[in-house]
Amino acid sequence: MILHRINKLSAAGMLTLSAFFGNSQNGGSVSGNIESQYQYLLSDSIIEAVQPQEKSLINTYALVNYTNKGFKAGTRVELYAPRILGYPDRFDGAGIGYRYVGYENDILSVTIGNFYEQFGTGLIFRAYEDRNLGLDNAMDGINLRIRPYKGVAIKAVYGKQRFSFEAGRVVNAPGIVRGFDVELSLNEWFAKLEEKELSVKAGFSMVSKFQQANHPEFILPQNVGAYGGRIDVAYKNFYLNGEYIIKEADPSLDNTYIFNYGHGLLVNAGYSQKGLGILFSAKHIDNMSFRSDREMVLNDGMIGFIPPLTKTHTYNLVAQLYPYVSQPLGEVAYQIDIMYNIKKGSKLGGKYGTNVSLNASTAYGSGHLATNANPLSRVTYETQLFKTDGNLYWRDINIEVKRKINKKWSLTASYFNLVVNNDIVKVAPAPGIIKSHIGVIEFLHKLNDKNSIRTEIQALWTEEQRDRGHWYTVLVEYTISPNWYFTGVLQHNYGNPEENRRNFYPLLAVGKIWDATRLEARFGRVNAGMFCVGGVCRPVPASSGLTVTFSHSF
Amino acid sequence: MKNLFLLIPAFILSSAFVLVPSDEDQKGKSVPSVKITDMNGKTINTSELGNDGKPVIISFWATWCSPCKRELNAVHDLYDEWQEETGVKLIAVSIDDERTKSRVKPYINSSSWEFDIWMDSNHEFKRAMGVNNVPHTFLVDGDGKIVYSHNNYSPGDEHKLYQEILKLKK
Repeated sequence: MILHRINKLSAAGMLTLSAFFGNSQNGGSVSGNIESQYQYLLSDSIIEAVQPQEKSLINTYALVNYTNKGFKAGTRVELYAPRILGYPDRFDGAGIGYRYVGYENDILSVTIGNFYEQFGTGLIFRAYEDRNLGLDNAMDGINLRIRPYKGVAIKAVYGKQRFSFEAGRVVNAPGIVRGFDVELSLNEWFAKLEEKELSVKAGFSMVSKFQQANHPEFILPQNVGAYGGRIDVAYKNFYLNGEYIIKEADPSLDNTYIFNYGHGLLVNAGYSQKGLGILFSAKHIDNMSFRSDREMVLNDGMIGFIPPLTKTHTYNLVAQLYPYVSQPLGEVAYQIDIMYNIKKGSKLGGKYGTNVSLNASTAYGSGHLATNANPLSRVTYETQLFKTDGNLYWRDINIEVKRKINKKWSLTASYFNLVVNNDIVKVAPAPGIIKSHIGVIEFLHKLNDKNSIRTEIQALWTEEQRDRGHWYTVLVEYTISPNWYFTGVLQHNYGNPEENRRNFYPLLAVGKIWDATRLEARFGRVNAGMFCVGGVCRPVPASSGLTVTFSHSF
Repeated sequence: MKNLFLLIPAFILSSAFVLVPSDEDQKGKSVPSVKITDMNGKTINTSELGNDGKPVIISFWATWCSPCKRELNAVHDLYDEWQEETGVKLIAVSIDDERTKSRVKPYINSSSWEFDIWMDSNHEFKRAMGVNNVPHTFLVDGDGKIVYSHNNYSPGDEHKLYQEILKLKK
């Protein structure tokens, strides 16, 4: 193992150095970015914000990529001194969070060290970074991509996944993850398909993890495999794609050490033409918590990625209070989207046209047949595709109408009806089903070519004043293109059933942009809640104080 | 061994700052080569922009990013005019991941965009271009060199972008 490591490192070193020295004669290209977030926090007993002992907090990342004629190398240095609010508290210190070297030509690409990769929809394997969430399951090992023949793409991965960053060093999860993926694009073989406006792609993946087991009670499998296939067909304006993954018995803390097989199915079907888009999606997940460490829970050590079938909302009351979080242990979910453009010049469409977007999604628990099917083998139930247990997890019905009134004014009006089963999704303080209605009106007023004002007025009501009751948010943003923005936000929990918690959350922000550089300072109160990006969430405690963000790309 | 392990990346990092000391040097970089797909799943090499020596705009966006959509809709309104005057082409690179990726096609069709659409669902191209957050827009000249980039969008930024495109005509 040690020898393996030394070999890997010296190989990495040599490749890096040769790539680097190659630079002085041949140019090569450097790209990357720096991002830093600093917080100075205060105690604020009204909103239960606590000042950390250190008073100030900072996260910083510097990423550098270097490429030269097929050689590539890069690194990211990270600093948590200590980490900003809401990040996992095990993130600590300064050091290298990511480094790789590699080589690439038209047929082959190899990366040694850290890499991000995805097979198919990611259900079986996805290594990715979402810095805003403190989520990074980068692989540390080797990644191969081969195109041996036109229309054939093979990917292979082997390594361990990043789990944590402690005392300036990356800590990987204990399991070894290895797998491959083959994708065939039939259109590159049969030119006739193109003429018929038909496109067909198919793929197959296999991933296996190894983790030593010495459980006091059960004989656990040390190697756990998962495999599955996908197909993607498009014909004229129609498209249909789907992926089905099976995971072998993978007893874990998350699934209470059952020996059931897991499965995941994702299907999308759509139709679109100019001015109209329709999309229907369905998903059935059962026992698909597939992790690098069988003891891990939450977002930790995930090998696969289970996308929630819900629209990603952006208005703060809609996004922050009652978001949906995917349930890897089981869910049956459906979503439909209709996007329509009412033509400009028509009576309804107005001079510039009007966009209407309708979205509805729902999720239920996964249904179990023949519970306790085989108690001796700890296979506790059987499943059937798209069978639910009738337990509602989530429902969202929303509509958005967007219209440019004239050259100076645009208007967006939206309505959201959210139902969240908080016993399952656990995103709010109150138990049980929470139903809420949210209305948002947004105006954009262009004063002239450079100056504009954007206003959002948002209101949220919970039925029976449940959970924290009613809220409103007013946001005003003044922008001077291309350099400045000034934002003021006032959020008020005016209808909290507990009168002494009817708090105000004011926030002021100012930002300056120089091309690819941005500096922003914001001061005020931030409500405790879920901070979500792309359907993965982390809870962030209430805070009060100053946050300064700097980012630069090069 | 540990020291070497730390030294190499530190070396790359520090050399990057030596290599890239000023704004002037940043410009004129080529677009890195990454293999991603277009909206129909066809593989694309990102360094092959193909616009017959005319400028190309690369704009990173996502279906859940309101300012991104404001920016691309603003360009959409002006696109015919821009293309006539300068022959510029816009490539909208979607960073939507599996959760929202399937919304891209219906969204762009319902919005009637006529841009080229690339899909960067695991953010490989985004990382290679050094993009921190969306929207982030690059202008590439006819020789494939990045001449201008801008993070964020405020209404009116499209005029600044167009001025930069016009500069390339000279």
